[in-house]
Amino acid sequence: MVEARKKRNNNVSDYSSIVHSETFQKLLSEKRKFIVPMIVFFLCFYFALPILTSYTTVLNHSFIGSITWAWVFAFLQFVMTWVLCMVYSKKARKFDEMADKVMEERGEAES
Amino acid sequence: MNTAAFSMFLVIVFVTLIITYYASKKTSNASEFYTAGGGLTGWQNGMAIAGDYMSAASFLGIAGAVALTGFDGFFYSIGFLVAYLVVLYLVAEPMRNLGKYTFADMIAVRFNAKKIRGFAAMNTIAISIFYMIAQLVGAGALIKLLLGLNYTTSVLIVGVLMTVYVIFGGMHATSWVQIVKAVLLMGGTLLISIIVLAKFNFSITGMFDQMKTATPLKEAFLNPGVKYKDGMDTLSLNMGLVLGTAGLPHILVRFFTVRDAKTARASVVFATWIIGIFYVMTIFLGFGAAAFVGTEKITGANAAGNMAAPLLAKALGGNMLFAFISAVAFATILAVVAGLVLTAASAFSHDFYNEILKKGKATEAQQVRMARYASIGVSVLSIILALGAQSLNVAFLVSLAFAVAASANLPVIIYTIYWKRFNTTGAIWAMTVGLISAVGLVLISPNVFSPVEGAAIFVGDPIFPYTTPGIVSIPLGFLAGYLGTLFSSQKADVKKYEEVLVKTNTGAGLG
Repeated sequence: MVEARKKRNNNVSDYSSIVHSETFQKLLSEKRKFIVPMIVFFLCFYFALPILTSYTTVLNHSFIGSITWAWVFAFLQFVMTWVLCMVYSKKARKFDEMADKVMEERGEAES
Repeated sequence: MNTAAFSMFLVIVFVTLIITYYASKKTSNASEFYTAGGGLTGWQNGMAIAGDYMSAASFLGIAGAVALTGFDGFFYSIGFLVAYLVVLYLVAEPMRNLGKYTFADMIAVRFNAKKIRGFAAMNTIAISIFYMIAQLVGAGALIKLLLGLNYTTSVLIVGVLMTVYVIFGGMHATSWVQIVKAVLLMGGTLLISIIVLAKFNFSITGMFDQMKTATPLKEAFLNPGVKYKDGMDTLSLNMGLVLGTAGLPHILVRFFTVRDAKTARASVVFATWIIGIFYVMTIFLGFGAAAFVGTEKITGANAAGNMAAPLLAKALGGNMLFAFISAVAFATILAVVAGLVLTAASAFSHDFYNEILKKGKATEAQQVRMARYASIGVSVLSIILALGAQSLNVAFLVSLAFAVAASANLPVIIYTIYWKRFNTTGAIWAMTVGLISAVGLVLISPNVFSPVEGAAIFVGDPIFPYTTPGIVSIPLGFLAGYLGTLFSSQKADVKKYEEVLVKTNTGAGLG
């Protein structure tokens, strides 16, 4: 960890060769494959609530007693946010490892 | 004068000044002043983000909005929280890896043009001041109600305190005031929520049953549509809420107070838990106020419902709880305005003075001195504007700040990090069009023009029908960035983008 950071502080002026390395390209594509669908998902999930409440009354039906689906869906927005936070943290650890690998290779190439 | 409330206000002032005293000893150079030396831990920064973000508007405003409009008031809570997914997934880590002291630094890694830095700094100052006027006007009205001081004195007290925290303690003081405030706010809200739940015999279904008859709205209280009757208006509000946070400069600078992307990530996750739990509890505050204070008394104290939470505290726990919750509201205001002063002052002293005027060559002492002058300047300007706006309903300035952040800042942040072809023309177009369209549309919106006298600033028909500009201005900001890039003959600097890519994804070059 400390060594990885030391290497990061070394000369990294040649960004181009890092960008074109296989490991870095793999990191980028893995990130894209994870982040883009997740963003599309949570934005759809989020905007579904105001769209449904504005243009339909389906959420006004009872879930349990006086609690309607609108409140359930609203609460699910919180659950969704917390779950996606944890999912991101877990996935990001993998990206950290890949990023360390990119910098290690860089260090080896230089030495 | 309420002596209990007054004493608790004094305790808050005393504690925050002690924090400032200790912080001032550490505030020796520019890095300490702007970012607390980047030395905050994940949980500390997470608490500070929460303290920076949960403004009086959300504590007092949302509690009131839920109490008066039921479900529709809760939209704010949802939007304010889900916004953190945009922050976490797209913005927090790149911001840490690319920036140094200000949001403009991050864009300057790719486009080292003074024009761009100037525009970014100008947007930062504009957003922070809009937001601050709303907080100060609210603070003035609140302290007037709570302590019986007049409006001018109330604004001056808050104004002087925020200036003292920032000029002496910089980011150290600001962060710790925000952390203490977050603890107080969570504690106070949790306490009230438990008492409210106990009053409903800890039955959530029972609570909802009772709410059907507790307010003059009857069953409509629990259904959407009380406040937001126009679908496009609702969508516009939600768009501004969910996309605005990731472009708010006073939130973005918080990522420079930690040492690396991992800590930035951890702090966002921590903040999201705290902020989420808080916003869930706004249901109990709102329902409790509606049931145990009553609509009539809430609107009697303040038409917008801002007194709902303190009045609920009084109804539940008498004068002591009222005094405590009022002091929490006071601390909330102080923490938020201190963050705003620091952010706006940094944009002035770091971006305009050091980077543009001094070409990045000002000494540490000059930088800190200018940052302090800028803090005083920003505070004085905001206080004057807030005093002038006393009789105006300026709550909409909060949503305007969010809309400008989403329309002018977010497009530039996203394109800078993720779009290879993006160039300086695109950046300038996005920032200019985003700012002008958001502010322009608000100027002709129902917030400023209303046919009913007293409902808005001017009497007249609004030309723009929606209360928030987001649904038009956010796509316009993104479109302007895109078209500006395509129309410009200038070729993208591939080398610079490669640098951005490597730094963003690996943290290379970070100390």
